[in-house]
Amino acid sequence: MSATATSANYSQPDSDNFLINSKGFLSWALTLDHKRIGLMYLIGVMSAFFVAGILALVIRAELMTPGKMFLTNQQYNQVFTLHGAIMVFLFIIPSVPAALGNFLVPIMLGAKDVAFPRLNLGSFYLWVTGAIFFLSAMLWTGLDTGWTFYTPYSTTTSGPVVAATMGVFILGFSSIFTGLNFIVTINTMRPPGMSWFKMPLFLWATYATSIIQVLATPVLGITVLLLAAERVLKIGIFDPQFNGDPVTYQHFFWFYSHPAVYIMILPGMGIISELMSVHSHKSIFGYRFIAYSSIAIALFGFLVWGHHMFTSGMANVTTIIFSALTFTVSIPSAIKVFNWLATMYKGTVQLNTPMCYSLSFIFLFTIGGLTGLWLGALSTDRPLHDTYFVVAHFHYVMVGGTLVGFLGGVFHWWPKMTGKMFSEFWGKISCLLIFIGFNATFLPQFVLGSRGMPRRYARYVEEFQELHQWSTYGAFLLGFGLFVALGVVIHSLMRGRKAPPNPWGGATLEWQCTSPPPYYNFLNPPAVNDPYDYLPLEYRDEERGWEYVRPEAPSVPTSEPEPAKS
Amino acid sequence: MSHDDAHGGHGDHDHLPFLAHHFDDPEQQFDSGKLGMWLFLVTEVLFFSGMFCAYALYRSLHPEVWTFASQFLNATLGAFNTGVLLFSSLSMAWGVRCAQLRQRTGLVISLAITLGCASMFLGVKAIEYTHKWELGLLPAGAYESQFLPGAHHAGLSSWLYVLSAVPALCVIGFGIWYGLAMVKKDKQTSEIAGPLLVTALCYFLGVFIGVAFESAEAGEHGGDHSVAAHATDDHSGDAHEDDGHTTDGGDDHDAATDEGHSDSGDHSSDEPDGEHSEDQASHGAPPGKLVSTEGDGPVVPGAPREAEIDQAGGAGLFFSIYYCMTGVHAIHILGGMVVLTWLLVRATKDHFNEEYFGPVDYVGLYWHLVDLIWIYLFPLLYLIT
Repeated sequence: MSATATSANYSQPDSDNFLINSKGFLSWALTLDHKRIGLMYLIGVMSAFFVAGILALVIRAELMTPGKMFLTNQQYNQVFTLHGAIMVFLFIIPSVPAALGNFLVPIMLGAKDVAFPRLNLGSFYLWVTGAIFFLSAMLWTGLDTGWTFYTPYSTTTSGPVVAATMGVFILGFSSIFTGLNFIVTINTMRPPGMSWFKMPLFLWATYATSIIQVLATPVLGITVLLLAAERVLKIGIFDPQFNGDPVTYQHFFWFYSHPAVYIMILPGMGIISELMSVHSHKSIFGYRFIAYSSIAIALFGFLVWGHHMFTSGMANVTTIIFSALTFTVSIPSAIKVFNWLATMYKGTVQLNTPMCYSLSFIFLFTIGGLTGLWLGALSTDRPLHDTYFVVAHFHYVMVGGTLVGFLGGVFHWWPKMTGKMFSEFWGKISCLLIFIGFNATFLPQFVLGSRGMPRRYARYVEEFQELHQWSTYGAFLLGFGLFVALGVVIHSLMRGRKAPPNPWGGATLEWQCTSPPPYYNFLNPPAVNDPYDYLPLEYRDEERGWEYVRPEAPSVPTSEPEPAKS
Repeated sequence: MSHDDAHGGHGDHDHLPFLAHHFDDPEQQFDSGKLGMWLFLVTEVLFFSGMFCAYALYRSLHPEVWTFASQFLNATLGAFNTGVLLFSSLSMAWGVRCAQLRQRTGLVISLAITLGCASMFLGVKAIEYTHKWELGLLPAGAYESQFLPGAHHAGLSSWLYVLSAVPALCVIGFGIWYGLAMVKKDKQTSEIAGPLLVTALCYFLGVFIGVAFESAEAGEHGGDHSVAAHATDDHSGDAHEDDGHTTDGGDDHDAATDEGHSDSGDHSSDEPDGEHSEDQASHGAPPGKLVSTEGDGPVVPGAPREAEIDQAGGAGLFFSIYYCMTGVHAIHILGGMVVLTWLLVRATKDHFNEEYFGPVDYVGLYWHLVDLIWIYLFPLLYLIT
């Protein structure tokens, strides 16, 4: 086979490596490089995840016994509020789009950077500012409204609601600007030859996510602004005393926060689409269906917010319509799951760590999705509303889906981001521990919820103790598994062997530059190929990685012409 | 927003100093900026949409209250401000044209006019706001007005002095800066300082126009109360003021209403205006104050009784939404002025030309949106009949 390696992008000098091409604190703090911003986001969101994860363990420990362990009711309220608020606003929403998305979107496009690098850095600092507001709210007196800030409690409680809502407002703008940046980048900076349907599916998912971020988040912005005005100026919009209506707040809030659920899960689905195909070494099944289903989920997501409010006092007709619309979301979600399964069929599945995570994702996300049907159906939602069934359902989607997908993505692109390989064995162990721990935590909660255990209570009747204890043991196992995963990546940073440019055999563009990439990504715009065509990839034993071997293209000279001898 | 792609890196494109390093060509840069700006405008529309929803919801629930409360707004001033903003949009569009044709002076003048109009808008708005604060037409929790539409307070509000402090400082500061630039014969600096001085002065022009319109209406309603008398009063809720209210309403309505008016007027005279701010903080809802007005005849034929409408739960909610919408809009005007000033500085440095006028274009889009939002706000709030 007459073939030549695309040497142009492999031969970048190691000193151009984006991690070390400039040094000093300011070269990171003021960087406009999307890869560095992505890494800073990664550290930031993982720190937030650590804090909120510890809070989760505190909650589970408190629930070991029906009575008081070590938290008063008030303290329990504060702990679960901060757990939820930090997880949602500081971790899950920015996790995949801001951390992995920032790193990957321009490289997958073969571009040098996102469209607005300064805005990108600005988004990061907005995120930091919002995080500071949240931490100050925590250290101040403790917020106890729940992450939803429902009125009228949030307008009357003495907690630091204004500081926290301002944090949400600022984080919202961080999210909006990230989404705006990605939409513009994907629209205007695709390389020649990359049509919409030659984009990697991760970009489709990011694009759909960005649409939601741009369209839904401003509504959250005005909602929390009105909530702050309600507290400071008593504008009465949410206050029945002045003819306002507290349920209006719920409508406004869920108009954002339901689409926000898809901000959380869609990028995870994008990761899984990549992982499934790469680690099965088989072209993705139903490319267009997966791409369209991302957009469909984004659009349907705007029409179903009312299913959070079935018991809040809506008209019967309205609840029926919202319930029916809710079921439509399951169609594109199911399309994705079936396509992933079909991708593995007759593929060369390699159970690498990222693949283990994506298999966990499919299993857990499917449970999370299917239990959503019980909650979307009016008759079963009435008894299940505000019980542990709901808690288990959204943790299956948010943790079992997004978090596991995120971890899979981090392991998948870790060699690309840091240039180091990690221990496969311990990576798989971490996945196993997380999988078992997670199910032990949340499967009992489905049972608890269906038996009537309400959420957000610090005390419960004794019959529930056994299931609660199972859940608590599971939570600690889950926490341990996450620490093992942390240990794996830290060990990789210290001792990991140097990563080849393409350790998994991926065909998307990011695998065509060195690991880690140089600060300019590509010297020349890379030639665009089918992102899921694995035929031209060949395994090289000496570097333990794959190499893209391009059939010689006669029209493009691959080497400098010999200088004419005179 | 538009800052970000505007003054991009000067790395490897020496021949095109404005082209950021990560873009291939000026077209790509321009298209990216334009798409980014449009998306930003979409988020702005959605940001306002929350308040428009609240407006629609509560207006549909209490249409009569909104009809009543809207009469407190001065439609003349609103119309004037609409004209000012429309004109500023024209000058902005003219500025984009100048940037495209590399007419530096024309661009500076257009931006100066736009800034001046924005400032005048805020001046008029300051009059409208302080007028309502004097009358206790506040958000629901602090609402305490017992007045009827067309009511006037004497003299200038003390709040107006507070609001005008910053523009006054700007006049002094920009005046000194402009003077220094003229003395040093620094043409470029004077081209920045001059328009900024004009901008700050335009605020006071707006204030004077606002006072003039308000006084003219007061004269129409109040008959014997001359503008001068109002202006010299030290606005401490005296008898003159109350007479003014009485006759205001009396012009329009019958004798029975007249009684009701003087009743409510007496109420306000119990407390000097200086205490208004205290009252806002101390008692949230003042339903107790309504006792004296209960049982009076209908205020406007066909309209609800005063006791039903003149309370925080009704008109207060209207004013909550009024302040939220116009307040957020005013913040957008202020933000626009900051960006316009940035453009002004760059225009004096001759940054814009036929190939690179993106930032002017994007700010222009933003400015038209701010204008457009006002065009919706004006009829929705001022012209409810």
